[in-house]
Amino acid sequence: MILIHCPYCDEKRPEIEFVNAGQAHISRPLDPSSQTDEEWEAYLFIRANPRGRHHERWRHVYGCGRFFNAVRDTVTDKFETTYKAGEPRR
Amino acid sequence: MTGFRLETGGRVDRGQTVQFSFDGKSYQGLAGDTLASALLANGVMLFGRSFKYHRPRGVMAAGSEEPNALISVDRGPGRFTPNLRATGVEIYPGLKAVSQNRWPSLKTDFGAINDRLGMFFPAGFYNKTFMWPRSFWDKVYEPAIRKMAGLGDAPTAEDPDHYAATYAHCDLLIVGAGPAGIDAALGYMDTNKRIILVDEQDELGGGALADPALWPWLERSHKALIDAPNVTILTRTTAFGYYHDNFIGVVQRLTDHLPELGDAPREKLLRIRAGEVVLAQGAIERPLVFDGNDTPGVMLSSAARIFANRYGVAVGKAVVLMASHDSGWHDVFALAKAGVGIAAIIDVRERVDSALMHEAERLGIAVHLNHSVMGVTGRHSVRAVQICNNDDYLGRRIDCDAVLMAGGWTPSVHLWSHSKGSLKWRDDLGAYVPDLPNENVVCVGGCSGDWDFGTGAIIDMLPTPKDQSRIKAFVDFQNDVTAKDIKLAVREGFRSIEHIKRYTTNGMATDQGKTSNLNGLQIASSALNKPVADIGLTSFRPPYTPQTFGALAGHAKGALFQPTRTTNIDSWAQAHGAVFELVAQWRRARYFPQSGEDMHAAVNRECVAVRSSVGIFDASTLGKIEVVGPDAAEFLNRMYTNPWKALEPGRCRYGLLLKEDGFITDDGVSARLAPDRFHLTTTTGGAARVLNMMEDYLQTEWPDLDVWLTSTTEQYAVIALQGPNARKLLEPLVEGIDLSAEAFPHMAIREGIICGIPTRLFRVSFTGELGFEINVPTAYGLALWQRLMAQGAQFDITPYGTEAMHVLRAEKGFIIVGQDTDGTVTPFDAGLDWAVGKKKPDFVGKRSMARPDIVAPGRKQLVGLLTDDPNVVLEEGAQIVADPKQPVPMTMIGHVTSSYWSEALGRSIALALVAGGHEMTGDTLHIPMPGKTHTAKVSGLVFYDPEGARLHV
Ligand SMILES: [Zn+2]
Repeated sequence: MILIHCPYCDEKRPEIEFVNAGQAHISRPLDPSSQTDEEWEAYLFIRANPRGRHHERWRHVYGCGRFFNAVRDTVTDKFETTYKAGEPRR
Repeated sequence: MTGFRLETGGRVDRGQTVQFSFDGKSYQGLAGDTLASALLANGVMLFGRSFKYHRPRGVMAAGSEEPNALISVDRGPGRFTPNLRATGVEIYPGLKAVSQNRWPSLKTDFGAINDRLGMFFPAGFYNKTFMWPRSFWDKVYEPAIRKMAGLGDAPTAEDPDHYAATYAHCDLLIVGAGPAGIDAALGYMDTNKRIILVDEQDELGGGALADPALWPWLERSHKALIDAPNVTILTRTTAFGYYHDNFIGVVQRLTDHLPELGDAPREKLLRIRAGEVVLAQGAIERPLVFDGNDTPGVMLSSAARIFANRYGVAVGKAVVLMASHDSGWHDVFALAKAGVGIAAIIDVRERVDSALMHEAERLGIAVHLNHSVMGVTGRHSVRAVQICNNDDYLGRRIDCDAVLMAGGWTPSVHLWSHSKGSLKWRDDLGAYVPDLPNENVVCVGGCSGDWDFGTGAIIDMLPTPKDQSRIKAFVDFQNDVTAKDIKLAVREGFRSIEHIKRYTTNGMATDQGKTSNLNGLQIASSALNKPVADIGLTSFRPPYTPQTFGALAGHAKGALFQPTRTTNIDSWAQAHGAVFELVAQWRRARYFPQSGEDMHAAVNRECVAVRSSVGIFDASTLGKIEVVGPDAAEFLNRMYTNPWKALEPGRCRYGLLLKEDGFITDDGVSARLAPDRFHLTTTTGGAARVLNMMEDYLQTEWPDLDVWLTSTTEQYAVIALQGPNARKLLEPLVEGIDLSAEAFPHMAIREGIICGIPTRLFRVSFTGELGFEINVPTAYGLALWQRLMAQGAQFDITPYGTEAMHVLRAEKGFIIVGQDTDGTVTPFDAGLDWAVGKKKPDFVGKRSMARPDIVAPGRKQLVGLLTDDPNVVLEEGAQIVADPKQPVPMTMIGHVTSSYWSEALGRSIALALVAGGHEMTGDTLHIPMPGKTHTAKVSGLVFYDPEGARLHV
C-alpha cells in the first residue's frame, strides 16, 4: 500500500485515505457554450494514458477532503511529487 | 535403526510419541516431526499423485518449496484444508491427513492411465485439443478435465474458525531466521530500533537446524534475541507479499499445529510497515533433470540432510547422490556421519575438488565422476538407478532406495522481486541474484547469492543415450512439465520465457516454480541457443506460499463484511415485523406485513392507507447536504439544471443534477432556509457521490465562490407523513408554524417546534398526496415516530415501507434515478425538460445537451406502459420489441424500468425506456417474458391524479 503525501495536511498517509480523481490540469472551459463539438469532446472524453510520468488529481477523502495534484509514474507506481490545486504543473 | 528413524540425532523429542493417521492408517511419530519426516520414518515413500499424469510422487524437499507431497488435513466440518505441503505440517496427537488427486486409492489410481497416454498430453495440449467441436466443451471436455485434474478438494462447509488481523510498524523487518537473518537481528539488537523477525518454521534457525555444530550458537542467539526488549520474534509466520513503501503482508499460523483448537484465532494477518527490510530468505536447491527424476525416493540432497540431522530420519538405507554441485558431497558426508548408508556418489563433472575425493575415499564411498543417472527402477519407490558414462554412455546399475539430487542453488529472490528490485545474472552461480533495490531493503545470506556451499556445473539436463522424446524428465513437478514440453514450445515458435511459461504451464503451479524456474530457463536457453541472461526471468508475484482466504479476509466476514447503516427508527421497524432490504448499506423497512399477509397484500394495504387516510414512512436515509455561504445560490445555480437564485427563503425546489456529459446523475428536493443557507436532499445511494462531485467543482473549478458544504445525512431523522389526513394529524403537535394551505403551500419549508423538538418541516410529497417530511435531530427520531403513531391511531395511521413508496411514486410518474435512468438518460429523455433552466447561460452538463449524440433522433425515452391485460405485471428489466414475429435475435428497442400492481387504479402500471418512445403514445409494444409475449400500450408517465388536485389542498 502506497504512502501518499497530502500537500494540505503535509503528511504521508496510507493510500486507503485517498481516491484518484482522474487526469490533472484539465480546466473546465470558462464559456462552455462557445465550445465547438470537437473542443467539448476533447474536454469531456480525451485523456492521456502515458507510460511513465502522469499528472493526476487525488482527493484526501478520508482526511482533510482536499483535491490536489500529483505526478505518479505509471510504470513503478511511485509518486514523484504532490502539490496543491491551482499550483503550476510540475 | 528401527524403520527409518536413526538411533540418535535430530531435534525431535524422542520421549514423546505422537499418534496420527494418513489415509486412515495409524502411524507413530515424535513431537517435533513434520508429517513428511514422520511418514518417512515409517518407511512411507508414496505421498500423492501428480497433477496431470497422476504419477506416484513422494517428498522432494524438506521445506516450503516442496512441489510433490501435497496433502489435505481434516479437522472436522469446515476445517478441511487441501494442498498443504507435508513438509510444513507439524504433527500432533490425532492429526488426520489424507492424500489427494487419486481415485479410488493412492496405490491404485485410475487416473494413472493419463501417464500411459502421456505422449498425448504434450505442452499446449488443452489449447490444441479441446478447441473443436465447440459444443463438446461444456458437456464432454470440461467435466472430464475437472474430474481428472486439479489438486485437493475445496472444503464445502462454512469455515467455523475466526481470523485476526492487525497493522504493525517497525524500524527493521527481518524476513527469515536462518544464520543470516539471526546475524542481522543480533547486529541491530543493541540499537533502539524496533525489530520484527519473522520465520515460516516453528523454530528459529533455518539451515542451521540441519547442522548440529551450529546448535550451541543458535541457542545462545535465540536467548539473546528473546531477552532484547526491542525484538519481536514471530515463528510459523510467512511474509507472503512485499508491497509499495515497505508494506509487507505477513500471516502467522496460530492453531494449526495444536491438538486442541480452543478459542484462539486460527491465523493472524499482520500488515507491517517497516522503515527498513532485511531479506534473509535463503536459497533453494535445484533438482536435476533426468528420466524418472520424480520417482518417490528421488529428492533434493539438502532435504535428506535436514531429515537426518533435524528430524533423525534416514531417507533410505542405501542412498545414491547424483550431483553437479559440491554441496551434495557435503550432505552425503553428513549423512554418513549420522549413520545413513551411502551406496555411491555420481557426479556429472569430470573432476571435483580433491578434498571431496579424499573424504569420500576415507568414508569408503564409491565415486563415479563424469557419470549421469539415465533411469530409475521402481514405480512407487526407488529400487535402483541406471547410470552411464557421459562420453561413451556405457552403463551400469546401482541398487539403492533413495536418490539425492544436488543441482546447485537458486537464491530466493521472491520478495525482492515483489518489491520490484532488479536482478542480475551470475554465470558462476547459474542464477539471478538481487541487483538494485527499489525500496529501502537489503538481501543478506543465501538469497543474495552469498553462500559457502562450494561450486558446481550449471547444466540444463543430464546427458542420456535415450531417445529424448520417450523419457519423462520432469522440470516442474507440481504441474507435470517435462524437458520435452519446453523444447516442444520452442520448436513451435515460442521465444519469450513468459510465453513458454504460459504455454507449458512451467512455474505456474501453487509453488510458483520454486524448484523449476531455473531448470526451465536453462532448457529454454539451450533450445533457443541463447544465453539465459538474454531470455529473462518470469515475474514472481505474491503470495510467496499459498495463504488461506480466511487469513486474507480477517474480521471482514458475516456481519462485519461491510457496515450496516440503521436509522434511529430501525428498532421500531424491527419490533413491528418489518421485512428489510439493503439500500446503499442502509437497512430499510421494505414493508410491514400483518399476520397472514404476503408482500403483495401488505403493499396494497399500505398504499390504500396513504391514499385514503395517512401513512408514515422513515425517510431518514435521504442524503442531506447543508450548503452555506454568500455564494450558495450562485453555486447551486451552476450545479443544478434549475434556476436557484430567485428561489425565496422558505420555499423548496426539485433539483436535477447532471454530470458534465449531460446525463442525469441525481435528483432531490432542496429548500432555501435563508439567503445564504440551503438544505439539499439527494437520493439515498447518491449522497456521498453528490457531495464529492460538488466539492470537486467548488475546490477546483470555482474556488472563488464562498460556499461551505457539509454532509448532514446522519444529523437528521426524517419522517414522512403522507395522505389526506396528514395535516389534521400534525396540526396539534406543531408550535410556531401555520400549517394552513395558504400559509404553508406545497413545496415550502418552515422551521418550528414539533412535540417540543426543533424541526425543519418540509411540505413535500413523493406520493402525490398532501404530505410533510419532518426533519428532527436524529436522536429524537424514534420518540417522534412513537408520538405520531400514538396520535395517528384516530386516523388508522399506517407505517409503510420502500415498496409502497415505490408504487405510490410510480403512480405519479416520479422517477427513481438509477432505476428509471441508467447513466445515459438526459432530462429530455426522462420527460424532465421542465426542470431545465432554459435561460441559464451555463450549468454542469448544459453544453453536453447540445452534443450530436444527444440531439440525434432515436434515443431511448421514458414512457408509461399499460398492459392490454390489466392483471399482468411486467417483469422489471424485461426487453421490449416492436414486432414479435421477427426472427431471433430480435431487435430490442428498450426495457421495462419500473413495474407494479396499482391498487389505486385496479391494474398494473409500468415505466419503460423505449427508443423514440415520446413519439409512440398509443402504440402497441410487445414484451416477451417466460411463457408468453405480452402486449402493452405506450402512455404518459402520470397514471394517477394527473391534475395534481390531491396535492394542492
Ligand atoms: Zn489532507
